Amino acid sequence: MSVIYLLISISIVVAVGFFFAFVKAVKSGQYDDDYTPSVRMLFDDELKKSKTKTKIK
Amino acid sequence: MDTKNCFHCGLTIEVKEEIVFDEKSFCCNGCKTVYEIFSTNGLSCYYDFENAPGATPQDIKGKYDFLDNEGIAGKLLDFKEEDTHIVTLYIPHIHCSSCIWILENLNQLQEGVNSSQVNFSQKKVRIVFNPNQITLKTIVHVLSSIGYEPYISLENYEGKKADINRELTYKLGVAFFCFGNVMLLSFPEYFDVDEFWLDKYKGFFRWLIFGLSLPSFLYAASGYYVSAWKSIRSRMLNIDVPIALGLIVMFIRSTVDIVFGYGQGFFDSLTGLVFFMLLGRLFQQKTYNFLSFERDFKSYFPIAVTKITADKQEISCPVYDVVAGDRLLIRNQELIPVDGILISEETAIDYSFVTGEAIPISKKSGDRIFAGGRQTGRVIEMEVVSSVSQSYLTQLWSNDVFTKKDNRSYKTLTDTISRYFTPAILALAVATFLYWIFINVSTAFTVFTAVLIVACPCALALSAPFTLGNVLRIMGKRKLYLKNATVIEQMAKIDTLVFDKTGTITTNKKSLIVFEGASISSEETAAIKNLLRGSNHPLSRRLYDFLPVQDIISVNDFQEITGQGIQGSVGDYFIKIGSAHFVGQDLAPSFQTNVHIAINGNYKGKYVFNNQYREGLAALFETLSKTYKLKILSGDNEGERDALTKLLPEGTELVFNQKPEDKLAFIENLQQQGSNVMMIGDGLNDAGALAQSNVGISIPENVNVFSPACDGILDAGQFSQLSYFLNYSKKAVKTIKMSFALSLLYNAVGLSFAIAGKLSPLAAAILMPLSTITIVSFVTVTSNYYAEKCKKTV
Repeated sequence: MSVIYLLISISIVVAVGFFFAFVKAVKSGQYDDDYTPSVRMLFDDELKKSKTKTKIK
Repeated sequence: MDTKNCFHCGLTIEVKEEIVFDEKSFCCNGCKTVYEIFSTNGLSCYYDFENAPGATPQDIKGKYDFLDNEGIAGKLLDFKEEDTHIVTLYIPHIHCSSCIWILENLNQLQEGVNSSQVNFSQKKVRIVFNPNQITLKTIVHVLSSIGYEPYISLENYEGKKADINRELTYKLGVAFFCFGNVMLLSFPEYFDVDEFWLDKYKGFFRWLIFGLSLPSFLYAASGYYVSAWKSIRSRMLNIDVPIALGLIVMFIRSTVDIVFGYGQGFFDSLTGLVFFMLLGRLFQQKTYNFLSFERDFKSYFPIAVTKITADKQEISCPVYDVVAGDRLLIRNQELIPVDGILISEETAIDYSFVTGEAIPISKKSGDRIFAGGRQTGRVIEMEVVSSVSQSYLTQLWSNDVFTKKDNRSYKTLTDTISRYFTPAILALAVATFLYWIFINVSTAFTVFTAVLIVACPCALALSAPFTLGNVLRIMGKRKLYLKNATVIEQMAKIDTLVFDKTGTITTNKKSLIVFEGASISSEETAAIKNLLRGSNHPLSRRLYDFLPVQDIISVNDFQEITGQGIQGSVGDYFIKIGSAHFVGQDLAPSFQTNVHIAINGNYKGKYVFNNQYREGLAALFETLSKTYKLKILSGDNEGERDALTKLLPEGTELVFNQKPEDKLAFIENLQQQGSNVMMIGDGLNDAGALAQSNVGISIPENVNVFSPACDGILDAGQFSQLSYFLNYSKKAVKTIKMSFALSLLYNAVGLSFAIAGKLSPLAAAILMPLSTITIVSFVTVTSNYYAEKCKKTV
């Protein structure tokens, strides 16, 4: 029944993997702004393909 | 009259000025142009997210010329490499999803912009661009042309990029990771049955739990050990002492338990405790990122000024490089950065954010002008007398209050309680230990540690953060933004309120104009208004706006005499408007601001500009005077003493002619007499007093820009709600006290288990989260209840 050692080891490895993913996410600044992304994700591809790109001064 | 609102900015359109374009109405050309830019670039979805999200672009001609100076522009960049530059700009107008959308699609508008990202809560946009295709100045111009003018001040120039402190997020993550896994692994042992498999893997599970709780114990909780150690060294027992003690004892006891196989230990409670307490910290740490409470003059001052060199060249130069003797060019609406002497013929300077006084002051050639004023006339030239750091206004910041403030420690309610709590717990632990040692030595140790574990005041430590965090949010929703949670406790203790007069209890937005003198017919009024049209003097503009709309009549022989007044013929009338002397009257000088009128040589009377008091002022003072001592400080002369005494309740102290230093000293003096003072002010001249007072609240008309360093920012429109906030802060403290009682009750129950020697890990694992959940829900419900109840009574 030593399979339990194996299973628990795997589960710990998976958990630690997620933990490092979390640390990386914090480091990249994902938790610094918790509002803007919630709005951003609601934008679709609103941009109409503008053929004549007029430059502004 | 049927009102239409501008499709771009939402302002009401005056019928005569309506501009129809593309079947949509606009209030002005600026708004129309922005719409045109968006629609030709396929960005008209801007208007789909929000109704009328835009702002009218302001005229910025020449304002950002300093960005051509590479040294200055370079200081603003976050990142600089050959073909990639990154800049972060603060844009006060960011307020809705349309703003995010348009700014993040900036690359559609302007070639050379690679990408841009908005941070909504900080109102900042981070732009990545290619310097070979586009300069920083062009970006700023593009942003301004679509109504998103960035705000660049001296602070950006100096500011080192502040490191974002993410420690709490890491700690919380670690604590939650440990807590979750430990809980999962502890679960089997809660059902303590002699089961074969359970017995067989007991050791493995326990050591795994031990290993998992290490990061939580050593890293996540480290803040508590540091704080406890500091408080012991300064001989002030704060709440972190019993917490740290409880955690350490819990860890040692649990380790001993598993080493000798006594039981599973309290690792589950330990990790849970750490997690909940960190959660409380996070909750309390609500910050208003878009506001700054630590502003000094640097965030008001421009980065660069236009200097006129000896050979009449205009160059941009950083403000710090300005020295005495330099000649500067100040455009309309620019801020005067240093003290100096006016060289140009005349101008009017608006000192509203130094003194709060709204009416600009006229200056003539040779007059001294002081830093902090806003130039409101045509382009002027001035000669510099002192450098930036030596100017009158900036010297206020060398006062000690601005550096001392951080060191002044405030003892919170929790600290006060823990001063008694900690010794009591230690005494109790020792007493039970001594009692049990005569009965059974091993039980004595178990009981001793159990007492310290269960007494760990986790619920106690959580009540204040959760109450104050919640109150902070509720107040924020009602537009009082506080610097941190401690301010609420301090607010509850206030007994004296000191108000600044101009700009605080009066409003800068409009002034009440009354006519005193013989009656003026409507034709005459029309003539006056038409004459005023030609004048750019600030008082003329205000009087012009005040008078009812008239048909346009042409004016002949218009003449403006600097420092005196204006005159001209309108129809049959020859009108003179200006000072008493100008219209041929010799009157005693008056404290009030007024404009005299003479028609066809006959003196008609004067328009008096009175300060308009904020709405609900009298009612507010009436309510406040029941509980607080009220005082008004004013930098002005005594001209309004009578009006104020009539308006305000008896006993309100009025002090006039106060310079910034006097205000600071006044507050200091009150504090020495034992008062807890709240200062409510607005201008930079109140900055010293705001910093010195126990709670300094500033009242800006627009919360996004311009408020001196303070503890809280109250939206000017909410001024009449002040007594609500004060009342509510008292209720918040009451809530904390009630929840203290509740958590002590839990402690008592736990202790009774512990003293009897019956504290099992299971009991601890149930008791601790239960107390936490009760406390958190209790304070949330109570503080919300009080928020509603206080509203009804005000």
